[in-house]
Amino acid sequence: MSQPFWHRLDQFARRLFPFALTLALLLASLVPLPLPAYASVSPSFMVMAVYFWTLHRPDLMPPVAVFAIGLLQDFLTGGVLGVSAIVLLVLSFATGSQRRFLGGALFVTVWAGFVVNSAGAALLAWGLNTVAAGTMFDLRPALFQYLLTVGLYPSLGWLLVRAQRAVLRPA
Amino acid sequence: MLCTAFGLMLASRSQTAAVERLRILIADAFAPILELMVQPVATVTGMLDAVGGMADVYAENQRLHEENARLLQWHEAALAVQQENESLRQLLNLPTQSGARFVTARIIGDNGGAFVRTVLVSSGARDGLRKNQAAVTGEGLAGRVIEVGERAARVLLLTDINSRIPVALEKSRARAVLAGDNGPMPQLVHLPPDAAPAIGERVVTSGFGGLFPPGIPVGTIARVGPDEIRVMPLVAWDRMEYLRLVDYEAADLSGLLPEGVAGGPR
Repeated sequence: MSQPFWHRLDQFARRLFPFALTLALLLASLVPLPLPAYASVSPSFMVMAVYFWTLHRPDLMPPVAVFAIGLLQDFLTGGVLGVSAIVLLVLSFATGSQRRFLGGALFVTVWAGFVVNSAGAALLAWGLNTVAAGTMFDLRPALFQYLLTVGLYPSLGWLLVRAQRAVLRPA
Repeated sequence: MLCTAFGLMLASRSQTAAVERLRILIADAFAPILELMVQPVATVTGMLDAVGGMADVYAENQRLHEENARLLQWHEAALAVQQENESLRQLLNLPTQSGARFVTARIIGDNGGAFVRTVLVSSGARDGLRKNQAAVTGEGLAGRVIEVGERAARVLLLTDINSRIPVALEKSRARAVLAGDNGPMPQLVHLPPDAAPAIGERVVTSGFGGLFPPGIPVGTIARVGPDEIRVMPLVAWDRMEYLRLVDYEAADLSGLLPEGVAGGPR
C-alpha cells in the first residue's frame, strides 16, 4: 500500500519539476544585479525555458503552465498584464508545431530554431507593449535583450539538459 | 487562454484599481522569497567591493580626510544658514517646515525588461509606506511609490514611460514636468517658453502638487535641442541597492501656498 503511494508521490514531484524549475528561474531572474543597464536588457529566461520544455517534454509544460508562468511574470515585473502570457503561449504553440523537425535534432539546429522563435517572441512583446502604451518603444533595448537571450540559450540549455537527465530520466 | 490573456490586457487598462490590488497582493506573497534570493547577490557584491576597496585603502583614506575637512566647513556654513533661515521665517511669520521621515527599503526585484522601469522594494504598509511617496537614493530622486502592499511596494522609476514629476530649474526656478520615456534621459516638458535652461544646470523637485518635498535633486540638464530638453538623472541605477522613501505630509506644504494654487493633498 505505502509503496505505490510513495512511488506516485515521487512521480508527481518529478512531473512537476519543469514547471517548478521554470518558476524558480523566474524569481531568480528578478534579482537585481549590479551590472550597467542590466535591468533593461536582462535576458528573458522564461522564453528560453518555455522553448526548451516545449521541445523536450511538452507533456510536462502544457499551455496552462505556460499561461500561469507568463501571468506571474507580468505580475512580478510590473509589465502590462497579459503580455508575457500571450508571448509565451504563442511561443509554445509555434515551438510545438515544429517539434517534428526540432525534436531529436542536433543542438545547433535546436539553437537555430531558438534564434528564429525567440525573434518572433521579442517582436510580439515589442508590438503588444507598443499597442498597450500607445507609443512606439525604442527598439534598441528590446534588440539587446533578444541578443542576450539568444547568446545565453546554450548555457541555460546545457543546464536544463543536465537537470532533465538527473530528474526525469527514471520516469 | 489567449483570449483570457488579451482580456487581461484590456482589463489592466480599464480596471486599474483592481489590477493594482491584485498585483501588489502577488508581490506581497513573493516578497519573502525574493528577499531571500537577493541576499547571496548582496553578499558577493559586498565581498567584491571589499576586495576592490582593499587595493586603494591608502588613497581612499587620503581622499576621505580631505573630503571630511571640506564637509566640516560646509557643516558650519549649513548651521549658520539654518539659523538665519529660521530667524527670517520667524520675521515673516512663515510656518516652520516639519522634517520628513524616511523609511529605508531594500530593492528585491528589478529587471522588468525592455518595457518597464519599476523596482520592487521590501517595505510596505506595515513600515509606514504610502502611495505616491518619493523614493530617493544618496544621489537624488529615483522615483515614486505606485503600489503598496503589506510587506512590499513597487516604485515607478523616473525614467519609466509613465513617470511624470513636477520639477523646477534650480537657478531660474522655472517650473516644468520631467517625463520619462524608458530611455536613460527623461525629457523636460511644459517648460515656459521664456525659460533658458543651460547645460549642466541642476533640476530639482518643485513640490508642486504637494506629493514630493520641494528641492530634492533630480538631475542635470544634459541636452538642449530645438524641440527637446533632456535631463540626466543623478541616480546611479546599476548600483542602486536601497531606496529611501520620504514620508512627507502634503498638508505641511499646502500651508505655504495660496489657496487654490496647488491642489494640496490628493
